[in-house]
Amino acid sequence: MAINKNIDRRWIFLLIFFCVALPLIFIVGLPIETTENARLVHDLVQNTPSGSTVIISFDYDPGSKPELHPMAKAVVKNCFQRDIKIMVTALWPMGVQMAADIFSQLEPEFPDKAYGIDYVNMGYKAGGMVTIQAMGKNFREVFPSDVNGTPIKELPILNGVENYNNISFVCSFSAGDPGIKQWVQIVHDTYGKPVTGGVTGVSAPGILPYVNEQKQLNGLLAGLKGAAEYEFLVKSPGTATAGMDAQSLAHLLIIIFIAIGNINYWRNKKNAANAGGE
Amino acid sequence: MVHFFNILGIWLGALFTFAIFSFLYKDNPFYKIAEQIFVGLSAGYWFVYTIYFILIPNLFTPLTSDFSANWIKLIPAALGVMMLLRLIPSIDWISRFPVALIIGTTSGIYFLRYLKSDVINQLTATMINPFTGGNWVVVIGQLLLVVGTITGVIYFYFSKKHEGAFGVSAKIGIYFLMVSFGAAFGYTAMARISLLIGRLQFLLGDWLGILSP
Repeated sequence: MAINKNIDRRWIFLLIFFCVALPLIFIVGLPIETTENARLVHDLVQNTPSGSTVIISFDYDPGSKPELHPMAKAVVKNCFQRDIKIMVTALWPMGVQMAADIFSQLEPEFPDKAYGIDYVNMGYKAGGMVTIQAMGKNFREVFPSDVNGTPIKELPILNGVENYNNISFVCSFSAGDPGIKQWVQIVHDTYGKPVTGGVTGVSAPGILPYVNEQKQLNGLLAGLKGAAEYEFLVKSPGTATAGMDAQSLAHLLIIIFIAIGNINYWRNKKNAANAGGE
Repeated sequence: MVHFFNILGIWLGALFTFAIFSFLYKDNPFYKIAEQIFVGLSAGYWFVYTIYFILIPNLFTPLTSDFSANWIKLIPAALGVMMLLRLIPSIDWISRFPVALIIGTTSGIYFLRYLKSDVINQLTATMINPFTGGNWVVVIGQLLLVVGTITGVIYFYFSKKHEGAFGVSAKIGIYFLMVSFGAAFGYTAMARISLLIGRLQFLLGDWLGILSP
């Protein structure tokens, strides 16, 4: 029996919708396995001494929020737990708001973390790679003040922090260009500092080659799965973990569709060959 | 009042989400309205953002607060004005100078960076002894890396006919490329489903309150 190849694709949309919506309401709790790439990111944060300063760059906007926001929140939370000081930058204009949203979400959990002492938001800077390169000489020339206009000399967190020599690592949550690739090219490949971060699923295949023997990237969180892995590693389940059941079931459905499509294709091809031979 | 605007924002977000999703059924006026509003809002937002977060802090404020230390910023400002002259057909040729400057500097900067990061360091990362490693899984992975890189490059070498041993290598390279295309498709499917999950978490959580925060 040949399956109708002209099935209305709206049925597929509907099935995908239910496959995603139902597991969000009725949580199954499928297991989450961590990958080496996620563990490398986690190890880097865990092995960074307390009191160190790191750069976390929010290089994304609301379009990539479902994938990158959970992992950014988990990494910021892990840094807070380890008493690591965070200097926030943004190569995308709306990354500033993304960062502000995460810090306001974490405020009730970490009431002792003070702005200007434990973390600072330097805001958005246009220029991409050129900006990152200029930061290697002196942060103060690129960011003379924070996002609120407070001069850098009035921010205790930045006392003695001049350039990449004074930070432990850079972590970029990146939805494209400029983003994590530029951080790798400048901060690791020029200044030799560790770079890590997370990317959207779409850009992961292009960025994963940087996780290599040269350690151009120190691990990588790829898409919602990467975010769920990090939430698992820091034992803090969030929206990424909650979405993993839906993700898994939707993938299962897509695999079934691909299998049906291929079976149908080969069956039709065989039928056409048989008809031609008669 | 803040609470009211939060609720209003969530309801508007939900209605626009439905308006956009309605396109999955078929094109309709609700989708068109949502699309046009999005385009208009984006243009307006970027216009305001450029003035308040790029021009004012990077140009106007430095020039007005300390002109003698920042007069050099007049040069990029002049180049920016020259770029805008593209809008006047009779003197649009002036805009070619800033464009030429941008292309020249970008090429120079990118050439060096990409040569180091994407060629030299990537090649160095492939020049490994594949038989060293903790266990056989690592060794197989490293072998695949080396073989995949070499055969993949061979496939893109077009100055010699793909036949004999060279052709076999190129064929193996194609299989590696196909696996990479499959992986890219898988990641893309995952990303799209993640976006749907994000929207449904908003609708079921923030809007309907069915999901616990």
